[in-house]
Amino acid sequence: MAPTKKRNVSSSKPTKQSVITPKTEISHKVGRILKNRTRANDVFDLLEFLQSDNEKDFKRAVMSCNKLFCTLLKKKDLYIGKLPEEEEALSGNYSAEEKYHIFMRHRYNSCVEILLDLLCHEVHDVWESSLCCLMKFAAAEGQHPLEDLDWSEHYSFPRELIQRVVDRLLSKTVDNSMLISRFQEFLEMADVSYYTMSSIRESFGKIMDKNKGAVSPIYQYNVFALMSNISVPSQESELTNFMVKQEAKHEDWKAAKLNEHKRVFERMWLGFLKYKLPSSMYKKVLVILHDSILPHMSKPALMIDFLTAAYDVGGAISLLALNGLFVLIHQHNLDYPDFYKKLYNLLEPSIFHVKYRARFFYLANLFLSSSHLPVYLVAAFTKRLARLALTAPPAAILIVLPFIYNLIRRHPSCRVLIHKPSTEDEPLEDPYVMEEEDPALCRALESSLWEVKTLQRHYHPDVSKAAMLINSPLSEQEQDISEVLEITAYELMEKDLKQPENKNIPLEFEKASQLLVGGGNVLGQHFCLN
Amino acid sequence: MNKKSTRQHDSKMGKPQKKRSLADKVRKTKTSTEIKNNPFEVKINRKKFEVLGRKSKHDVGLPGVSRSKAINKRKETLLKEYKQKNKSSKFIDRRLGEYDTNMAPEDKILQRFAIERQRAHDKKDMYNLNEEEELTHYGQSLAEMEKFNDNVNSDDESEEKGLLSAELTASHFGGGGGLLRRKSGDQPDEEGIQRARSRQELIEELIQKSKQEKRERQAQKEEAQELTEKLDQDWKSIQMLMVQKTPKAEKEEEKPKLEEYDMRVRELGFEMKAQPSEKMKTPEELAREEREKLQKLESDRLRRMMGEEAGSSAPTQIHMSADDLNDGFILDKDDKKTLAYQDGLWNIAEEGGGEDGEDGEEGESGEDDESEEEEQDEDGENNEEGEEEEVDEEEEGEEEEGSSEGEGEDGHSDLDSESEQESEDDGRKQDDEENNATQQKSLSKEEMKAQQEAAKAELPYTFTAPESYSDLKDLLCGHTPDNQRLIVARTQKCNHPSLAVGNKLKLQKLFGFLLEYVGELATRSPPELSTIDKLIPELYTLCQMFPEAACTAMQSFLADAGHSLEEVLEVKGRGAFPALDMLIYLKVTALLFPTSDFRHPVTTPALLYISQALTKCPVRSLQDVTSGLVLCCLAVEYVSFSKRFLPELINFLAGTLHLAVKDKSSLGYAVVPPFRSSGKNNDLLVLSDVESCKKWSKKELPLSATQHLELKTDLDRDQHRLMCLSTCLDLVKRCCLLYKDLTSFPHIFQPIRTLLFKHLLAQTLPEPLQELHSTILEVIGSVSVTNNPLVFEKKKPIPLKLLTPKIVEVLDYGKKRGSTKEQKEQERLKHKYKKEFKGALREIRKDSRFLATEKLNEVMSRDAERKRKVKELMGSLATQEGEWKALKKRKRK
Repeated sequence: MAPTKKRNVSSSKPTKQSVITPKTEISHKVGRILKNRTRANDVFDLLEFLQSDNEKDFKRAVMSCNKLFCTLLKKKDLYIGKLPEEEEALSGNYSAEEKYHIFMRHRYNSCVEILLDLLCHEVHDVWESSLCCLMKFAAAEGQHPLEDLDWSEHYSFPRELIQRVVDRLLSKTVDNSMLISRFQEFLEMADVSYYTMSSIRESFGKIMDKNKGAVSPIYQYNVFALMSNISVPSQESELTNFMVKQEAKHEDWKAAKLNEHKRVFERMWLGFLKYKLPSSMYKKVLVILHDSILPHMSKPALMIDFLTAAYDVGGAISLLALNGLFVLIHQHNLDYPDFYKKLYNLLEPSIFHVKYRARFFYLANLFLSSSHLPVYLVAAFTKRLARLALTAPPAAILIVLPFIYNLIRRHPSCRVLIHKPSTEDEPLEDPYVMEEEDPALCRALESSLWEVKTLQRHYHPDVSKAAMLINSPLSEQEQDISEVLEITAYELMEKDLKQPENKNIPLEFEKASQLLVGGGNVLGQHFCLN
Repeated sequence: MNKKSTRQHDSKMGKPQKKRSLADKVRKTKTSTEIKNNPFEVKINRKKFEVLGRKSKHDVGLPGVSRSKAINKRKETLLKEYKQKNKSSKFIDRRLGEYDTNMAPEDKILQRFAIERQRAHDKKDMYNLNEEEELTHYGQSLAEMEKFNDNVNSDDESEEKGLLSAELTASHFGGGGGLLRRKSGDQPDEEGIQRARSRQELIEELIQKSKQEKRERQAQKEEAQELTEKLDQDWKSIQMLMVQKTPKAEKEEEKPKLEEYDMRVRELGFEMKAQPSEKMKTPEELAREEREKLQKLESDRLRRMMGEEAGSSAPTQIHMSADDLNDGFILDKDDKKTLAYQDGLWNIAEEGGGEDGEDGEEGESGEDDESEEEEQDEDGENNEEGEEEEVDEEEEGEEEEGSSEGEGEDGHSDLDSESEQESEDDGRKQDDEENNATQQKSLSKEEMKAQQEAAKAELPYTFTAPESYSDLKDLLCGHTPDNQRLIVARTQKCNHPSLAVGNKLKLQKLFGFLLEYVGELATRSPPELSTIDKLIPELYTLCQMFPEAACTAMQSFLADAGHSLEEVLEVKGRGAFPALDMLIYLKVTALLFPTSDFRHPVTTPALLYISQALTKCPVRSLQDVTSGLVLCCLAVEYVSFSKRFLPELINFLAGTLHLAVKDKSSLGYAVVPPFRSSGKNNDLLVLSDVESCKKWSKKELPLSATQHLELKTDLDRDQHRLMCLSTCLDLVKRCCLLYKDLTSFPHIFQPIRTLLFKHLLAQTLPEPLQELHSTILEVIGSVSVTNNPLVFEKKKPIPLKLLTPKIVEVLDYGKKRGSTKEQKEQERLKHKYKKEFKGALREIRKDSRFLATEKLNEVMSRDAERKRKVKELMGSLATQEGEWKALKKRKRK
């Protein structure tokens, strides 16, 4: 091998100096450095290539760096322990061997530095390979720690390196969502995720303290992206994937304990939620809260404050907080005073127009499924929903009507809302008070669901048909709401558009002669052609 | 021996048998009715119950008859068997093939016949007079008859033959006796002389006579034939000599002449009877009919509005364009007149007459235009398109001649020939394919009309249907709106579905292209809405012709628009107001399809799209306000007839009014998305200068204002704002009137009421708007706020459960029920077996009784015989004894 290499070099050098590909050069250099300590200075060339703009060069440089330093780590050719300054090392009384180690360690450090900088590179391949390389270093460091450790007390893990990577991931200026999603792959390893969580908490706390809570939304967004990518396994037995295997007392390692994971997870989130969040972030957190945060916390009750605060905000945020609250009430015995009253007051015309309509009605259905609710409350909800349906789009009405019917079915004493035979002859004004905030005082039970009667004249045939149901006693069987929750206006449209070819399509029989004439001539009265 | 014994037996049994046979004879002589009416014969079976509807077979029995039947049967079978008992001798049927089952009965008969003939031949040969046996009919040999060689002389011979045959038949069928009798009658003296002649001789004489006769006859026949042949030849030669000049043709002509006559006669028979044409209707009648039709359509519409299922009689069927001749309509006599026109004038008059009811596609205004054009072009037509017209005329003239000569025998062939000529004419303009297609199909009256119309304008007369959208664009490019309309109309007429097979598809496509074209016209800047306006009647006509295609085309536009809106909503959460083309599509939809239907494949999605646009598109500019108001106008138009509740419409109108409210604090009402109670773009309709109210006057907004507005000054902007406001208020007023009857009216209009009452005060508005303002508040105030509490609809009381009897299939009455099928079957079989068993037992008993009586009879008869014999013997002995005693006495003496 050596002779061929030599010949190769000697033969090509004079003739094709310029043509020599960096590939051969770089790979040769790694070999040479590893073989011959006197060629150690070639490392600088490598580092130079690392910063080159040429993608190919860069890739090769990354690969060779990876190979070089991993080998060095394995051979323990990097200085272990507290690293002296370079000048100090030259002057100090170190042996030649040690000097070489110190030199190499310094190069390693600068290589890591360069790679960390490259994490923010805009080219996809560059940051990806940098990240991979860094994680490989981390793995190698874990196996062959650079710190002088007391083996009995400490577990070897490249905490510092991870911390630095995390710091880079949580950039304040650049949206790192791509990088973070790539990093998620490494988060599957239990120890990495454990130490990442603690690093996040540290760095977030530090930065928040420094800026007194006022930080760029991009930073928050990055933090959120990284945090939401971290998941804690549900069972301890699932904690099997580690980057670094501890040789001794592996079972006692914190990173191998589920409880520790949960605790770190909880502290991370609490630390994050302690600070004021922009409303979009608020919503994002609330959306994932109930199924990816609460179950992984060791004490979910700690979220109560956050959730009640969110519930009191009003609007969409309140709607979203419902879900978390439900989990707490349902599984953690949270006693929330005036919960139904607040729920009642959440019913605003806007709930039919927000994005989380389906989720809200799903939960409201759950909350109101209890058969121990007082009648006045159910009646108040029913009446209010019916009133709001007067302003709702058809897709929403198709949710609300079965919802109302289900409520009446569950609470037969609410049947007076649709059937009040005794006072049939005296017409009365609607006694229901829409503005009243307390469902107990809104006099819903004295009213009737005239709104549903109105909806019988709704323009959409499905709505109209659904509203017709109150004309006769409701069937015993409850309607499954989940089927209609996700229905969209376009789906409603499609239902008519994709109907099997009707043979007889009714046509307008009044002859159309002009564009603006016809149909009561409303358009023609207000608009002209030109 | 056997024979003897039976005979003996018969004779022995003679007495009682005779008796019975006598009784039988009596019975047989009586008719069955007689027997049935005889009370002594009839036994009436008593019935326990009368069962209605059941026919009983056995209510009356005839025991005597049935007994005699049974006895007879036994006699034939049982008695014979009994008699044959212990007898070894047998009768064997030796007839040919009697026991051969393989032989077919016909074969059997044939062979037997053959053998019989053979046998007869041997025996009777001597009596056979002719050498061969000859079959005759009516005295004539069949063989002779079959030849049929000559029947010319049949007439001549008839008399003679008749005589001969009469004689012969008499001799044949009368037999010898007749002959003898005649002879005896005729020639008594001869008889006396020839008495000595034996019978043999007589017969021989007869035979000879007949033979001679035959020979003579033959000779005569031959002679006659010869003579006729000769005569024929002579005649031919003479004919050749005499009438050599007369040509064959004449001879042939003679025949067709006859045929023609026949044909004419037949033709008269077959000719279409002049059908009673409908009498001219008076204007009142026409108006009434029209009204009735409209009433029917209206009731249909109402029915659909209520959501009932459409019946088979949809208005489409009734309202088919009169041009639609899909049904293979054949020209009747009235139409023929149009073909035979001589100059343009005639034709126009004709057209004008026929147009009122038929030309559905031409709107009233369009008709006027057309007629004007026609009038204008009348004079110049020959110059302008003289060639074309001349060709037409010539051909039609020919045609007329032809028809007067009677070449075309009936209307159909006439039509065909015409169509061929016509299509030739067409072919000069259309490509060859088209030509071929049309040649095969007959042209309708409309085609004619289209052509003649075309001849009166400058535009080409025929258009090939565009194959693609770009074709259509090329076709219409650069024409005035009126001409564009004319082009489309002509394209439509030239490609009428009744003309060629593919035309239907072409026109269906044309509708889609036209719609697309309309969309493009609307997106141009400035939008060419007047052109669209002109194209509307064409769209309407096409839509009436092809409802399905129109439906699918419209649906695809709606689906595309709905889908893109949905996609934008998913990404952004809000959408942009639909562009002008979509607004136009929505309006066109309302023009083409009924908007009041409970559910309609086109208008329901369209309405959903409007509502979607009104809820999901935030208003961000004055254009958006205008677009929204156009949508609102459309929405009001959509529901104006059915008065259906459209919440989005109210929401949007309230929101728009909200935009005009100056002070947005302390609102007493809630606005519904896409509007927000506060935020940017929320003062879009607030006037910048209060003074502009005074200068404002109501005028119509152009539709293009939905796309871009050029409002430079504040004053312009204020004017536009006021315009929007006035539209909005007018719509609110309309909505109020529409929804007056809704039970929740006060709650629906509560936000608007508060808004108008407290925030948008009338004083801040220009005068005409103040009026609107107050009317709205009045209407809202006037509607009663009280309602009856809801109760369920009264239902018919549920009837008590009726305990209808359970119906079980019963096979045998009085048997166990409720068992399984197999069990039942088994029961049935058991029962049947028992019945049969009993019956068989009874029969056996009867048989044995019969046999016993027979035996008894036999014994009795034998005893009687014996007694008789004994008596006889004793008698003879007694006489012997007596004689002997007498002798002895004598001796003694």
